Amino acid sequence: MSITVPKVRVPYLLLFPGFAFLFTFFILPIVNLAQTSTQSPIAGGDTGQYEQRFAFSNYVNAFLENREQFARSFVYATLATVFALAIAYPLAYAIAFKSGKFKNILLVLVVAPFFTSFLLRTIAWKQILGEEGFLVPTLRNLHLLGQQTTITSTSIAVVAGMTYNFLPFMTLPLYASLERIDPRTIEASGDLYANGLTTFRRVTVPLSLPGVVAGTLLTFIPAAGDYVNAAILGSPNTKMIGNVIESRYFKIVDYPTAAALSFTLMAAILILVTLYIRKAGTEELV
Amino acid sequence: MSTKIKDATIPTIPFKARLSRWFGRNLLRIYMIFGFSYLFIPVAYTFAFSFNDSGKSNLIWKGFTLDNWQNPCGAPQICNALGNSIKIGLLATTFATILGTMIAFAIGRYQFKGRSSSNLLIFLPMATPEIVLGASLLSLFLVFKINPGFWPTVIAHVMFCISFVVVTVKARIASLDPRLEQAAMDLYANELETFRRVTLPLVAPGIAGAALLAFSLSFDDFIITNFNSGTLITFPKFVYVAAARGIPAQANVIGSSMFFLALAIVIAGQLVNRKKAR
Repeated sequence: MSITVPKVRVPYLLLFPGFAFLFTFFILPIVNLAQTSTQSPIAGGDTGQYEQRFAFSNYVNAFLENREQFARSFVYATLATVFALAIAYPLAYAIAFKSGKFKNILLVLVVAPFFTSFLLRTIAWKQILGEEGFLVPTLRNLHLLGQQTTITSTSIAVVAGMTYNFLPFMTLPLYASLERIDPRTIEASGDLYANGLTTFRRVTVPLSLPGVVAGTLLTFIPAAGDYVNAAILGSPNTKMIGNVIESRYFKIVDYPTAAALSFTLMAAILILVTLYIRKAGTEELV
Repeated sequence: MSTKIKDATIPTIPFKARLSRWFGRNLLRIYMIFGFSYLFIPVAYTFAFSFNDSGKSNLIWKGFTLDNWQNPCGAPQICNALGNSIKIGLLATTFATILGTMIAFAIGRYQFKGRSSSNLLIFLPMATPEIVLGASLLSLFLVFKINPGFWPTVIAHVMFCISFVVVTVKARIASLDPRLEQAAMDLYANELETFRRVTLPLVAPGIAGAALLAFSLSFDDFIITNFNSGTLITFPKFVYVAAARGIPAQANVIGSSMFFLALAIVIAGQLVNRKKAR
Protein backbone atom coordinates (compact mmCIF):
# COMPACT_ATOMS: atom_id res chain seq x y z
CA MET A 1 0.00 0.00 0.00
CA SER A 2 2.55 2.61 1.04
CA ILE A 3 4.98 3.32 -1.71
CA THR A 4 7.45 5.55 0.03
CA VAL A 5 9.78 3.55 2.21
CA PRO A 6 8.67 5.01 5.54
CA LYS A 7 11.17 6.47 7.87
CA VAL A 8 10.06 4.92 11.11
CA ARG A 9 9.53 8.21 12.88
CA VAL A 10 7.40 9.98 10.30
CA PRO A 11 3.98 8.58 11.28
CA TYR A 12 4.62 9.27 14.95
CA LEU A 13 5.61 12.86 14.20
CA LEU A 14 2.42 13.29 12.20
CA LEU A 15 0.32 11.80 14.98
CA PHE A 16 1.93 13.65 17.85
CA PRO A 17 0.21 17.08 17.84
CA GLY A 18 -3.27 15.70 17.26
CA PHE A 19 -2.91 12.91 19.78
CA ALA A 20 -1.40 15.23 22.39
CA PHE A 21 -4.49 17.39 21.94
CA LEU A 22 -6.89 14.45 22.19
CA PHE A 23 -5.03 13.10 25.19
CA THR A 24 -5.29 16.42 27.05
CA PHE A 25 -8.84 17.33 26.12
CA PHE A 26 -10.50 13.95 25.67
CA ILE A 27 -8.72 11.20 27.66
CA LEU A 28 -7.75 13.35 30.64
CA PRO A 29 -11.28 14.75 31.09
CA ILE A 30 -12.72 11.24 31.00
CA VAL A 31 -10.23 10.10 33.67
CA ASN A 32 -11.10 13.18 35.69
CA LEU A 33 -14.79 12.42 35.22
CA ALA A 34 -14.21 8.93 36.65
CA GLN A 35 -12.54 10.54 39.62
CA THR A 36 -15.35 13.05 40.17
CA SER A 37 -17.93 10.30 40.02
CA THR A 38 -16.87 8.81 43.38
CA GLN A 39 -16.64 12.07 45.32
CA SER A 40 -18.89 13.06 48.21
CA PRO A 41 -19.96 16.47 49.49
CA ILE A 42 -17.54 18.06 51.98
CA ALA A 43 -19.15 18.02 55.41
CA GLY A 44 -20.21 21.58 56.19
CA GLY A 45 -18.97 22.80 52.79
CA ASP A 46 -20.84 24.98 50.29
CA THR A 47 -22.95 23.55 47.50
CA GLY A 48 -20.69 22.38 44.70
CA GLN A 49 -17.77 21.49 46.99
CA TYR A 50 -16.77 17.83 46.91
CA GLU A 51 -13.92 15.64 48.06
CA GLN A 52 -12.70 12.20 47.03
CA ARG A 53 -14.22 9.50 49.23
CA PHE A 54 -14.32 6.63 46.71
CA ALA A 55 -18.05 6.52 47.15
CA PHE A 56 -18.92 3.85 44.60
CA SER A 57 -22.40 3.92 46.04
CA ASN A 58 -22.84 7.06 43.89
CA TYR A 59 -23.20 4.74 40.90
CA VAL A 60 -25.79 2.56 42.56
CA ASN A 61 -27.80 5.53 43.80
CA ALA A 62 -27.55 7.44 40.53
CA PHE A 63 -28.66 4.41 38.56
CA LEU A 64 -31.49 3.44 40.87
CA GLU A 65 -32.83 6.99 41.02
CA ASN A 66 -32.81 7.32 37.25
CA ARG A 67 -33.62 3.83 36.01
CA GLU A 68 -36.64 5.12 34.20
CA GLN A 69 -34.73 7.81 32.30
CA PHE A 70 -31.99 5.35 31.36
CA ALA A 71 -34.51 2.86 30.03
CA ARG A 72 -36.32 5.64 28.16
CA SER A 73 -33.08 6.87 26.56
CA PHE A 74 -32.27 3.45 25.19
CA VAL A 75 -35.81 2.72 24.03
CA TYR A 76 -36.15 6.12 22.31
CA ALA A 77 -32.71 5.87 20.74
CA THR A 78 -33.43 2.35 19.47
CA LEU A 79 -36.79 3.41 18.02
CA ALA A 80 -35.27 6.50 16.37
CA THR A 81 -32.51 4.35 14.88
CA VAL A 82 -34.98 1.81 13.49
CA PHE A 83 -37.22 4.51 12.00
CA ALA A 84 -34.24 6.37 10.55
CA LEU A 85 -33.02 3.14 8.94
CA ALA A 86 -36.48 2.45 7.51
CA ILE A 87 -36.67 5.94 6.01
CA ALA A 88 -33.04 6.27 4.94
CA TYR A 89 -32.46 2.88 3.32
CA PRO A 90 -34.95 3.25 0.43
CA LEU A 91 -33.86 6.88 0.06
CA ALA A 92 -30.17 5.96 -0.17
CA TYR A 93 -31.05 3.05 -2.46
CA ALA A 94 -33.01 5.28 -4.80
CA ILE A 95 -30.24 7.87 -4.91
CA ALA A 96 -27.53 5.27 -5.51
CA PHE A 97 -29.30 3.20 -8.18
CA LYS A 98 -32.29 5.03 -9.64
CA SER A 99 -31.46 8.72 -9.80
CA GLY A 100 -29.25 8.81 -12.91
CA LYS A 101 -27.84 12.24 -13.57
CA PHE A 102 -29.61 13.77 -10.57
CA LYS A 103 -27.50 11.73 -8.18
CA ASN A 104 -25.24 14.54 -6.98
CA ILE A 105 -28.07 17.04 -6.63
CA LEU A 106 -30.15 14.61 -4.58
CA LEU A 107 -27.18 13.82 -2.38
CA VAL A 108 -26.67 17.52 -1.70
CA LEU A 109 -30.37 17.83 -0.88
CA VAL A 110 -30.10 15.10 1.76
CA VAL A 111 -27.39 17.03 3.58
CA ALA A 112 -28.78 20.48 2.92
CA PRO A 113 -31.33 20.68 5.79
CA PHE A 114 -28.42 19.93 8.09
CA PHE A 115 -27.14 23.45 7.38
CA THR A 116 -30.13 25.19 8.90
CA SER A 117 -29.47 25.13 12.62
CA PHE A 118 -30.89 21.87 14.02
CA LEU A 119 -32.40 23.83 16.91
CA LEU A 120 -34.32 26.02 14.48
CA ARG A 121 -35.61 22.96 12.66
CA THR A 122 -36.61 21.24 15.89
CA ILE A 123 -38.43 24.36 17.03
CA ALA A 124 -40.06 24.56 13.60
CA TRP A 125 -41.46 21.04 14.16
CA LYS A 126 -42.67 22.11 17.57
CA GLN A 127 -44.53 25.04 16.04
CA ILE A 128 -45.88 23.05 13.10
CA LEU A 129 -47.19 20.28 15.36
CA GLY A 130 -47.96 22.43 18.40
CA GLU A 131 -51.16 23.87 19.84
CA GLU A 132 -50.76 27.20 18.03
CA GLY A 133 -49.93 25.63 14.68
CA PHE A 134 -52.63 25.10 12.09
CA LEU A 135 -52.29 21.32 11.89
CA VAL A 136 -53.58 20.33 15.33
CA PRO A 137 -56.71 22.54 15.29
CA THR A 138 -57.50 21.34 11.75
CA LEU A 139 -57.18 17.69 12.73
CA ARG A 140 -59.34 18.36 15.78
CA ASN A 141 -62.03 20.00 13.68
CA LEU A 142 -62.00 17.00 11.38
CA HIS A 143 -62.27 14.79 14.48
CA LEU A 144 -59.12 12.96 13.45
CA LEU A 145 -57.60 13.99 16.74
CA GLY A 146 -59.31 14.08 20.13
CA GLN A 147 -60.03 17.52 21.59
CA GLN A 148 -57.53 16.96 24.40
CA THR A 149 -54.97 15.03 22.38
CA THR A 150 -51.72 16.76 21.53
CA ILE A 151 -48.87 15.79 19.24
CA THR A 152 -46.06 17.67 20.93
CA SER A 153 -45.17 16.91 24.56
CA THR A 154 -45.48 13.18 23.82
CA SER A 155 -42.89 10.45 23.48
CA ILE A 156 -43.92 10.11 19.83
CA ALA A 157 -42.87 13.70 19.20
CA VAL A 158 -39.50 13.15 20.89
CA VAL A 159 -38.76 9.99 18.90
CA ALA A 160 -39.90 11.68 15.68
CA GLY A 161 -37.65 14.66 16.40
CA MET A 162 -34.63 12.45 16.97
CA THR A 163 -35.39 10.40 13.85
CA TYR A 164 -35.52 13.63 11.88
CA ASN A 165 -32.38 15.19 13.31
CA PHE A 166 -30.13 12.17 12.83
CA LEU A 167 -31.44 11.16 9.40
CA PRO A 168 -28.47 12.52 7.40
CA PHE A 169 -26.07 10.55 9.63
CA MET A 170 -27.95 7.42 8.61
CA THR A 171 -28.40 8.25 4.93
CA LEU A 172 -24.82 9.18 4.05
CA PRO A 173 -23.01 6.00 5.15
CA LEU A 174 -25.82 3.91 3.64
CA TYR A 175 -25.45 5.72 0.35
CA ALA A 176 -21.66 5.36 0.46
CA SER A 177 -21.82 1.59 0.86
CA LEU A 178 -24.66 1.11 -1.65
CA GLU A 179 -22.88 3.22 -4.24
CA ARG A 180 -19.76 1.09 -3.90
CA ILE A 181 -21.61 -2.11 -4.87
CA ASP A 182 -20.34 -3.45 -8.17
CA PRO A 183 -23.38 -3.52 -10.51
CA ARG A 184 -22.00 -6.74 -12.00
CA THR A 185 -22.78 -8.60 -8.76
CA ILE A 186 -26.42 -7.61 -9.16
CA GLU A 187 -26.42 -8.59 -12.84
CA ALA A 188 -24.81 -11.91 -11.94
CA SER A 189 -27.57 -12.59 -9.46
CA GLY A 190 -30.16 -11.92 -12.17
CA ASP A 191 -28.30 -14.19 -14.58
CA LEU A 192 -28.57 -16.92 -11.98
CA TYR A 193 -32.37 -16.57 -12.11
CA ALA A 194 -32.82 -14.70 -8.85
CA ASN A 195 -35.79 -12.35 -9.01
CA GLY A 196 -35.60 -8.72 -7.89
CA LEU A 197 -36.55 -9.40 -4.31
CA THR A 198 -34.12 -12.30 -3.90
CA THR A 199 -31.31 -10.27 -5.43
CA PHE A 200 -32.06 -7.43 -3.03
CA ARG A 201 -32.21 -9.76 -0.04
CA ARG A 202 -29.23 -11.97 -0.86
CA VAL A 203 -26.88 -9.56 -2.66
CA THR A 204 -27.66 -5.89 -2.09
CA VAL A 205 -28.44 -5.98 1.61
CA PRO A 206 -25.42 -8.07 2.67
CA LEU A 207 -23.10 -5.89 0.61
CA SER A 208 -24.51 -2.73 2.19
CA LEU A 209 -24.08 -4.00 5.76
CA PRO A 210 -21.02 -1.85 6.55
CA GLY A 211 -23.14 1.19 5.76
CA VAL A 212 -25.98 -0.09 7.92
CA VAL A 213 -23.58 -0.60 10.83
CA ALA A 214 -21.96 2.82 10.47
CA GLY A 215 -25.31 4.57 10.00
CA THR A 216 -27.01 2.91 12.97
CA LEU A 217 -24.04 3.73 15.21
CA LEU A 218 -23.91 7.36 14.08
CA THR A 219 -27.63 7.63 14.84
CA PHE A 220 -27.89 5.57 18.01
CA ILE A 221 -24.95 7.07 19.91
CA PRO A 222 -25.93 10.75 19.69
CA ALA A 223 -29.61 9.84 20.14
CA ALA A 224 -28.97 7.99 23.40
CA GLY A 225 -27.21 11.01 24.90
CA ASP A 226 -29.50 13.65 23.42
CA TYR A 227 -31.54 15.94 25.59
CA VAL A 228 -32.46 18.76 23.22
CA ASN A 229 -35.30 16.92 21.44
CA ALA A 230 -36.76 15.80 24.76
CA ALA A 231 -36.46 19.34 26.13
CA ILE A 232 -38.11 21.03 23.14
CA LEU A 233 -40.61 18.44 21.91
CA GLY A 234 -41.25 16.49 25.11
CA SER A 235 -42.71 16.96 28.54
CA PRO A 236 -41.48 16.10 32.07
CA ASN A 237 -42.77 12.58 31.35
CA THR A 238 -40.37 12.10 28.45
CA LYS A 239 -37.16 13.07 30.24
CA MET A 240 -34.10 11.21 29.03
CA ILE A 241 -30.84 10.57 30.83
CA GLY A 242 -29.28 13.55 29.04
CA ASN A 243 -31.85 15.86 30.63
CA VAL A 244 -30.98 14.47 34.06
CA ILE A 245 -27.22 14.94 33.56
CA GLU A 246 -27.76 18.46 32.29
CA SER A 247 -29.90 19.51 35.23
CA ARG A 248 -27.59 17.82 37.77
CA TYR A 249 -24.75 19.88 36.36
CA PHE A 250 -26.34 23.26 35.94
CA LYS A 251 -29.31 23.44 38.24
CA ILE A 252 -28.39 21.22 41.20
CA VAL A 253 -24.56 21.49 40.94
CA ASP A 254 -24.34 17.81 41.87
CA TYR A 255 -21.16 16.97 39.95
CA PRO A 256 -20.56 13.46 41.36
CA THR A 257 -24.01 12.21 40.37
CA ALA A 258 -23.76 13.85 36.96
CA ALA A 259 -20.33 12.26 36.46
CA ALA A 260 -21.55 8.83 37.61
CA LEU A 261 -24.50 9.06 35.22
CA SER A 262 -22.28 10.18 32.32
CA PHE A 263 -19.88 7.34 32.97
CA THR A 264 -22.66 4.77 33.16
CA LEU A 265 -24.15 6.07 29.92
CA MET A 266 -20.79 5.95 28.15
CA ALA A 267 -20.02 2.44 29.44
CA ALA A 268 -23.46 1.17 28.44
CA ILE A 269 -23.10 2.61 24.95
CA LEU A 270 -19.59 1.21 24.49
CA ILE A 271 -20.70 -2.26 25.58
CA LEU A 272 -23.73 -2.20 23.29
CA VAL A 273 -21.65 -0.90 20.38
CA THR A 274 -18.98 -3.57 20.87
CA LEU A 275 -21.57 -6.36 21.01
CA TYR A 276 -23.30 -4.93 17.97
CA ILE A 277 -20.12 -4.67 15.92
CA ARG A 278 -19.17 -8.26 16.87
CA LYS A 279 -22.61 -9.46 15.85
CA ALA A 280 -22.62 -7.51 12.61
CA GLY A 281 -19.16 -8.87 11.92
CA THR A 282 -17.58 -5.72 10.56
CA GLU A 283 -14.43 -4.32 12.04
CA GLU A 284 -14.18 -1.65 9.38
CA LEU A 285 -15.68 1.38 11.10
CA VAL A 286 -17.26 4.32 9.31
CA MET B 1 -68.67 -6.20 -33.94
CA SER B 2 -66.26 -3.35 -33.65
CA THR B 3 -66.21 -3.53 -29.91
CA LYS B 4 -65.26 -7.17 -30.11
CA ILE B 5 -62.18 -6.38 -32.23
CA LYS B 6 -61.18 -3.66 -29.83
CA ASP B 7 -61.42 -6.08 -26.95
CA ALA B 8 -59.31 -8.62 -28.73
CA THR B 9 -56.48 -6.23 -29.67
CA ILE B 10 -56.18 -4.30 -26.45
CA PRO B 11 -56.86 -6.54 -23.52
CA THR B 12 -58.22 -4.34 -20.77
CA ILE B 13 -56.24 -4.69 -17.59
CA PRO B 14 -58.37 -4.39 -14.48
CA PHE B 15 -58.02 -1.05 -12.79
CA LYS B 16 -56.68 -2.62 -9.58
CA ALA B 17 -53.89 -4.45 -11.37
CA ARG B 18 -52.97 -1.32 -13.32
CA LEU B 19 -52.86 0.64 -10.10
CA SER B 20 -50.63 -1.87 -8.38
CA ARG B 21 -48.32 -2.05 -11.38
CA TRP B 22 -48.06 1.75 -11.45
CA PHE B 23 -47.20 1.73 -7.74
CA GLY B 24 -44.65 -1.04 -8.27
CA ARG B 25 -42.90 1.02 -10.89
CA ASN B 26 -43.05 4.31 -9.07
CA LEU B 27 -42.80 3.17 -5.48
CA LEU B 28 -39.26 4.41 -5.00
CA ARG B 29 -40.11 7.72 -6.66
CA ILE B 30 -43.11 8.24 -4.37
CA TYR B 31 -40.97 7.27 -1.44
CA MET B 32 -38.36 9.83 -2.42
CA ILE B 33 -40.94 12.59 -2.65
CA PHE B 34 -42.16 11.75 0.85
CA GLY B 35 -38.61 11.44 2.18
CA PHE B 36 -37.51 14.78 0.83
CA SER B 37 -40.71 16.52 1.94
CA TYR B 38 -40.09 15.22 5.44
CA LEU B 39 -36.54 16.58 5.33
CA PHE B 40 -37.54 19.97 3.99
CA ILE B 41 -40.79 20.84 5.77
CA PRO B 42 -39.05 22.51 8.75
CA VAL B 43 -36.57 24.25 6.46
CA ALA B 44 -39.41 25.65 4.36
CA TYR B 45 -41.26 26.65 7.52
CA THR B 46 -38.19 28.44 8.88
CA PHE B 47 -37.72 30.26 5.56
CA ALA B 48 -41.39 31.24 5.28
CA PHE B 49 -41.53 32.59 8.81
CA SER B 50 -38.42 34.72 8.19
CA PHE B 51 -40.85 36.97 6.24
CA ASN B 52 -43.35 37.13 9.07
CA ASP B 53 -44.31 40.59 10.31
CA SER B 54 -44.32 39.12 13.77
CA GLY B 55 -42.96 41.56 16.29
CA LYS B 56 -41.30 39.72 19.13
CA SER B 57 -42.74 36.22 19.10
CA ASN B 58 -42.67 34.47 15.74
CA LEU B 59 -45.42 31.94 16.39
CA ILE B 60 -48.42 32.98 14.32
CA TRP B 61 -48.43 34.30 10.75
CA LYS B 62 -49.25 38.01 10.87
CA GLY B 63 -48.34 39.24 7.42
CA PHE B 64 -45.55 39.49 4.89
CA THR B 65 -42.61 41.81 5.44
CA LEU B 66 -39.02 42.21 4.26
CA ASP B 67 -38.03 44.07 7.44
CA ASN B 68 -36.34 41.07 9.02
CA TRP B 69 -34.13 40.50 5.99
CA GLN B 70 -33.26 44.20 5.78
CA ASN B 71 -32.41 44.33 9.44
CA PRO B 72 -31.08 40.90 10.45
CA CYS B 73 -29.37 42.30 13.54
CA GLY B 74 -32.64 43.81 14.77
CA ALA B 75 -33.09 41.38 17.64
CA PRO B 76 -30.91 42.15 20.66
CA GLN B 77 -27.74 40.03 20.95
CA ILE B 78 -28.40 38.06 17.79
CA CYS B 79 -25.50 39.31 15.68
CA ASN B 80 -23.17 39.16 18.64
CA ALA B 81 -24.12 35.49 18.98
CA LEU B 82 -23.71 34.91 15.25
CA GLY B 83 -20.27 36.58 15.28
CA ASN B 84 -19.12 34.37 18.15
CA SER B 85 -20.31 31.25 16.35
CA ILE B 86 -18.49 32.22 13.16
CA LYS B 87 -15.26 33.06 15.02
CA ILE B 88 -15.37 29.82 17.03
CA GLY B 89 -16.25 27.85 13.88
CA LEU B 90 -13.36 29.27 11.85
CA LEU B 91 -10.77 28.76 14.59
CA ALA B 92 -11.98 25.25 15.45
CA THR B 93 -12.12 24.30 11.75
CA THR B 94 -8.57 25.51 11.13
CA PHE B 95 -7.02 23.64 14.05
CA ALA B 96 -9.11 20.49 13.65
CA THR B 97 -8.41 20.31 9.90
CA ILE B 98 -4.63 20.66 10.37
CA LEU B 99 -4.39 18.17 13.24
CA GLY B 100 -6.87 15.74 11.71
CA THR B 101 -5.24 15.77 8.26
CA MET B 102 -1.85 14.97 9.78
CA ILE B 103 -3.36 12.03 11.67
CA ALA B 104 -5.18 10.85 8.54
CA PHE B 105 -1.92 10.79 6.57
CA ALA B 106 -0.16 8.87 9.33
CA ILE B 107 -2.90 6.25 9.58
CA GLY B 108 -3.75 6.13 5.88
CA ARG B 109 -0.20 6.03 4.56
CA TYR B 110 2.01 4.21 7.03
CA GLN B 111 2.18 0.84 8.71
CA PHE B 112 3.44 1.35 12.23
CA LYS B 113 3.21 -0.07 15.68
CA GLY B 114 0.11 1.21 17.44
CA ARG B 115 -1.86 1.82 14.26
CA SER B 116 -4.95 -0.02 15.42
CA SER B 117 -4.95 1.70 18.81
CA SER B 118 -4.66 5.00 16.93
CA ASN B 119 -7.79 4.05 15.01
CA LEU B 120 -9.49 3.32 18.31
CA LEU B 121 -8.48 6.70 19.76
CA ILE B 122 -10.05 8.36 16.72
CA PHE B 123 -13.23 6.30 17.00
CA LEU B 124 -13.76 6.85 20.75
CA PRO B 125 -14.76 10.55 20.67
CA MET B 126 -17.34 9.70 18.01
CA ALA B 127 -18.68 6.86 20.17
CA THR B 128 -19.01 9.09 23.22
CA PRO B 129 -22.29 10.99 23.59
CA GLU B 130 -21.88 14.74 23.30
CA ILE B 131 -23.18 15.32 26.77
CA VAL B 132 -20.38 13.19 28.24
CA LEU B 133 -17.76 15.01 26.14
CA GLY B 134 -19.10 18.38 27.22
CA ALA B 135 -19.54 17.53 30.87
CA SER B 136 -16.14 15.87 31.27
CA LEU B 137 -14.30 18.74 29.61
CA LEU B 138 -16.08 21.24 31.83
CA SER B 139 -15.03 19.23 34.91
CA LEU B 140 -11.43 19.39 33.74
CA PHE B 141 -11.58 23.14 33.19
CA LEU B 142 -13.09 23.58 36.64
CA VAL B 143 -10.29 21.51 38.24
CA PHE B 144 -7.70 23.79 36.64
CA LYS B 145 -9.75 26.84 37.59
CA ILE B 146 -10.20 27.79 33.93
CA ASN B 147 -13.44 29.71 33.46
CA PRO B 148 -15.68 28.49 30.65
CA GLY B 149 -15.86 30.96 27.78
CA PHE B 150 -14.51 31.60 24.28
CA TRP B 151 -11.26 29.59 24.26
CA PRO B 152 -12.59 26.61 26.21
CA THR B 153 -15.36 26.43 23.61
CA VAL B 154 -12.84 26.54 20.75
CA ILE B 155 -10.84 23.74 22.42
CA ALA B 156 -14.01 21.66 22.89
CA HIS B 157 -14.96 22.10 19.23
CA VAL B 158 -11.49 21.17 17.95
CA MET B 159 -11.66 18.06 20.14
CA PHE B 160 -14.91 16.71 18.70
CA CYS B 161 -14.19 17.80 15.11
CA ILE B 162 -10.78 16.07 14.81
CA SER B 163 -12.23 12.56 14.46
CA PHE B 164 -14.63 13.61 11.71
CA VAL B 165 -11.78 15.26 9.80
CA VAL B 166 -9.61 12.14 10.14
CA VAL B 167 -12.37 9.84 8.89
CA THR B 168 -13.19 12.07 5.89
CA VAL B 169 -9.58 12.67 4.80
CA LYS B 170 -8.59 9.04 5.39
CA ALA B 171 -11.35 7.89 3.04
CA ARG B 172 -10.00 10.19 0.33
CA ILE B 173 -6.42 8.97 0.86
CA ALA B 174 -7.57 5.35 0.65
CA SER B 175 -9.25 6.01 -2.71
CA LEU B 176 -6.08 7.40 -4.33
CA ASP B 177 -4.40 5.43 -7.07
CA PRO B 178 -0.88 4.66 -5.73
CA ARG B 179 0.41 4.47 -9.30
CA LEU B 180 0.14 8.25 -9.64
CA GLU B 181 2.72 8.73 -6.92
CA GLN B 182 4.88 5.94 -8.30
CA ALA B 183 4.86 7.74 -11.63
CA ALA B 184 6.01 10.95 -9.98
CA MET B 185 8.84 9.11 -8.25
CA ASP B 186 9.80 7.44 -11.54
CA LEU B 187 10.09 10.90 -12.99
CA TYR B 188 12.70 11.73 -10.37
CA ALA B 189 10.51 13.79 -8.06
CA ASN B 190 11.72 13.40 -4.52
CA GLU B 191 9.38 12.51 -1.68
CA LEU B 192 8.59 16.08 -0.71
CA GLU B 193 7.95 17.16 -4.30
CA THR B 194 5.76 14.16 -4.90
CA PHE B 195 3.77 15.01 -1.83
CA ARG B 196 3.43 18.69 -2.69
CA ARG B 197 2.77 18.36 -6.43
CA VAL B 198 0.84 15.06 -6.62
CA THR B 199 -0.49 13.75 -3.32
CA LEU B 200 -1.68 16.97 -1.72
CA PRO B 201 -3.62 18.27 -4.75
CA LEU B 202 -5.31 14.87 -5.06
CA VAL B 203 -6.29 14.81 -1.39
CA ALA B 204 -7.30 18.49 -1.34
CA PRO B 205 -11.01 17.94 -2.13
CA GLY B 206 -11.18 15.54 0.81
CA ILE B 207 -9.57 18.13 3.07
CA ALA B 208 -11.97 20.82 1.83
CA GLY B 209 -14.92 18.53 2.48
CA ALA B 210 -13.60 17.76 5.96
CA ALA B 211 -13.21 21.48 6.72
CA LEU B 212 -16.77 22.18 5.57
CA LEU B 213 -18.04 19.33 7.75
CA ALA B 214 -16.02 20.57 10.74
CA PHE B 215 -17.36 24.10 10.34
CA SER B 216 -20.96 22.99 10.10
CA LEU B 217 -20.57 20.67 13.12
CA SER B 218 -19.00 23.48 15.12
CA PHE B 219 -21.45 26.14 14.01
CA ASP B 220 -24.44 23.96 14.83
CA ASP B 221 -23.20 22.50 18.10
CA PHE B 222 -25.30 23.18 21.12
CA ILE B 223 -24.73 20.49 23.78
CA ILE B 224 -20.94 20.67 24.14
CA THR B 225 -21.00 24.45 23.73
CA ASN B 226 -23.62 24.83 26.42
CA PHE B 227 -21.29 23.14 28.91
CA ASN B 228 -18.11 25.00 28.04
CA SER B 229 -19.07 28.51 26.98
CA GLY B 230 -20.18 30.00 30.31
CA THR B 231 -21.87 33.33 29.66
CA LEU B 232 -20.70 33.55 26.04
CA ILE B 233 -23.65 33.43 23.64
CA THR B 234 -23.39 31.45 20.40
CA PHE B 235 -26.08 31.29 17.74
CA PRO B 236 -27.50 27.89 18.81
CA LYS B 237 -27.45 29.04 22.43
CA PHE B 238 -29.29 32.20 21.46
CA VAL B 239 -31.96 30.15 19.70
CA TYR B 240 -32.31 27.73 22.62
CA VAL B 241 -32.70 30.51 25.18
CA ALA B 242 -35.03 32.51 22.95
CA ALA B 243 -37.20 29.44 22.31
CA ALA B 244 -38.81 29.81 25.73
CA ARG B 245 -40.17 33.25 24.85
CA GLY B 246 -40.60 32.80 21.12
CA ILE B 247 -37.81 33.17 18.60
CA PRO B 248 -37.39 36.49 16.78
CA ALA B 249 -37.84 36.24 13.01
CA GLN B 250 -34.25 37.43 12.55
CA ALA B 251 -33.11 33.98 13.74
CA ASN B 252 -35.05 32.50 10.82
CA VAL B 253 -33.32 34.97 8.50
CA ILE B 254 -29.89 33.83 9.72
CA GLY B 255 -30.83 30.14 9.64
CA SER B 256 -32.14 30.44 6.09
CA SER B 257 -29.09 32.42 4.95
CA MET B 258 -26.77 29.73 6.32
CA PHE B 259 -28.79 27.15 4.42
CA PHE B 260 -28.51 28.98 1.09
CA LEU B 261 -24.85 29.86 1.67
CA ALA B 262 -23.90 26.25 2.39
CA LEU B 263 -25.93 25.06 -0.58
CA ALA B 264 -24.12 27.57 -2.82
CA ILE B 265 -20.71 26.44 -1.54
CA VAL B 266 -21.49 22.77 -2.11
CA ILE B 267 -22.88 23.38 -5.60
CA ALA B 268 -19.88 25.57 -6.51
CA GLY B 269 -17.60 22.77 -5.31
CA GLN B 270 -19.44 20.28 -7.51
CA LEU B 271 -19.14 22.55 -10.53
CA VAL B 272 -15.40 23.04 -9.98
CA ASN B 273 -14.95 19.27 -9.73
CA ARG B 274 -16.91 18.71 -12.91
CA LYS B 275 -14.83 21.29 -14.78
CA LYS B 276 -11.64 19.64 -13.58
CA ALA B 277 -12.92 16.24 -14.63
CA ARG B 278 -13.29 17.57 -18.16
